[in-house]
Amino acid sequence: GPDPLITEIQPWAQGLGDGVDATPYGLPIRFEGDVVRRNVGWLTADTISSINFTPIHALDGTITPQGCAFERHHSGAIELAKEDYRLMINGLVETPLIFTYADLERFPRETRTFFLECAANTGMEWAGSQLNGAQFTHGMIHNMEYTGVPLRLLLEEAGVKPEGKWVLVEGADASSNGRSIPLEKAMDDCLVAFKANGEALRKEHGYPVRLCVPGWEGNMWIKWLRRIEVGDQPWEQREETSKYTDTLADGTSRKWTWVMDAKSVVTSPSPQMPIKHGPGPLVITGLAWSGRGAITRVDVTVDGGKSWMPARLAAPGQEMAVSRFYLDHVWDGSEMLVQSRAIDSTGYVQPTKTELRDIRGLNSIYHNNCIQTWWVKANGEAENVEIS
Amino acid sequence: EKLGLGRAALPEELAAWDHDVRPDGLGLPEGSGDVLTGEELFSEHCAVCHGEFAEGVDNWPKLAGGMGTLDRDDPLKTVGSYWPYLSTTWDYVHRSMPFGNAQSLSDDDVYAIVAYILYSNDLVDDDFVLSKENFTEVELPNAGGFIIDDRDTTELPLFIREPCMTDCKETVEITAHATVLDVTPNDTTDDAPAAGAAEAATAEDPAPEVAVAEAAPEAAPEAAVEVAAEAPAQTAAADPELVAAGEKVFKKCAACHKVGEGAKNAVGPVLNGIVGRTAGTVEGFKYSKPMQDAGAGGLVWTPEELSGYLADPKTYLPKNKMSFAGLKKDSDLEAVIAYLSTLGQ
Repeated sequence: GPDPLITEIQPWAQGLGDGVDATPYGLPIRFEGDVVRRNVGWLTADTISSINFTPIHALDGTITPQGCAFERHHSGAIELAKEDYRLMINGLVETPLIFTYADLERFPRETRTFFLECAANTGMEWAGSQLNGAQFTHGMIHNMEYTGVPLRLLLEEAGVKPEGKWVLVEGADASSNGRSIPLEKAMDDCLVAFKANGEALRKEHGYPVRLCVPGWEGNMWIKWLRRIEVGDQPWEQREETSKYTDTLADGTSRKWTWVMDAKSVVTSPSPQMPIKHGPGPLVITGLAWSGRGAITRVDVTVDGGKSWMPARLAAPGQEMAVSRFYLDHVWDGSEMLVQSRAIDSTGYVQPTKTELRDIRGLNSIYHNNCIQTWWVKANGEAENVEIS
Repeated sequence: EKLGLGRAALPEELAAWDHDVRPDGLGLPEGSGDVLTGEELFSEHCAVCHGEFAEGVDNWPKLAGGMGTLDRDDPLKTVGSYWPYLSTTWDYVHRSMPFGNAQSLSDDDVYAIVAYILYSNDLVDDDFVLSKENFTEVELPNAGGFIIDDRDTTELPLFIREPCMTDCKETVEITAHATVLDVTPNDTTDDAPAAGAAEAATAEDPAPEVAVAEAAPEAAPEAAVEVAAEAPAQTAAADPELVAAGEKVFKKCAACHKVGEGAKNAVGPVLNGIVGRTAGTVEGFKYSKPMQDAGAGGLVWTPEELSGYLADPKTYLPKNKMSFAGLKKDSDLEAVIAYLSTLGQ
């Protein structure tokens, strides 16, 4: 019969909506209240030193809204006002300097879009399929448009001495989260950012100032950046020795594994995004990114990798930024083993989990960029599985 | 070309923020600390999360043990088994610990605590004194266990390739299912039915911090079973061998609990006559509210009750003061209770 939503006059078509200023800073409409960050309680001892996950399954496009971009804190998200903010540059420089927030705003500025992926993203999946949802398997990532000052300009202002080869970057929070970065990277594309997606950084992402280290693991993107020291050797701090190192099967561990390899994931359909419409036209979509360059192509399979189809990129890939892909598929209603495979501008093709395990074993924890499999059943529900 | 922005940093400002320490000792301040002082400081400031013996409480990081496990399933990564440089420990304790009260320890305190962490890993004797002078002489066991990122040679040649598009494999089988483990949090889909509860499934294993990933699927059910392990049956007659074994187990308790003639309350209450005593009744000891309430409610430390408590103190009596992770082996429980039974008033 006729649809009462059409044939009957609805309240929203008759009455009035909210006036302007009802919500001076807008939030998503209440119907989208489940598109939120979530954590996994058993992973960590306390939420103060923990992580949550971006709801990538429910988002589209490429830009992650700040309000649902994942958080990772080592000693909690601190509140640091712009007027209390100081940035120190010291060590092997001609003049150790102090900058205020207002000083930073006077340097020439850049705006660029970068992904930030935690090195532990997908880490729970090394030993086997464990978490059932793209949010949990791949949600330690966000992609934002940052505005800030090239780190190179700040270092040049202080004058790096010839013997300077490394910089130590650290935050103002109790964890300080120190990391050593080669001077070459610091002078290349690192950004001292104070805006994301056009507005101030959120507290949980390091307000008022964080470091962007494009293409490199998220732990290096120091939040509440307060000090940069130039030195002639790396510092070997906690976050680059005891953590964020990759233990191989023989017990030795890789260190300085900074670059995030090419990776992709189908965000829908997926365990949190079952197919509800039955057979027929189906949009298969997902995200792809590479720390080594731009995404040039993404392939999708629905038969577990027997055959692949090139997906459509929403826009040409950008260096160190997330790409959105779509495969406009006609689903016959039978079960599928859905995967995506990213290819970047270096020619690197995202490997299978088996291929990575053959090289790295099961104890790597970090840097799992393997192909992900969703088993989509005939009823449209999907599950995280591994396949032969 | 310089813009002339910012101002020169003052020496006092550099001194206030420039605390980092490198493996070659650069940045270490004058000072020293010994193991025994470190043990007291550790008990006071660190044990609530890391355990009296640096063995870790709940999901908080274990700082000791794990030697020889790095090439096994689920390696245990501690300062002793994994960390390559002692300077990292000094630097981190000095700047970021204790959790929630960072930068409150003196330089000497930090030397002492780091000395105790070495001791808890059996790397130094109990008369060891760590100082700026001997610091770089300490080499940690896994110092040689790291290689610089070699993906350029071990992986890129394999993965920079022409991808297969058709007839890539003949058959495909599902080999693992996430739903078997059932560790995904509830209520995560837009409107799909909730997955089963799985909290606490990996209390034994999960990585400290987000390393997380170490939570091997297989470990989850085991850990749950272990926590639920039943208390061993008690025998009335004291078996001398069992008592002797229990005295050894009791070393884990002795840092906090004194026993024998003239024993006084310490971090924990005196345990003379503990078996058969009403909970929370040792004179002069300041018990937690839950322990006082339990005693007022009639809890008596029978061997059965002690066994339940010592197996998992935090679950048995939530929010009690004892920062001990619990005895995981039934044989240890049985033995230590047999030993405690021999202690008179």
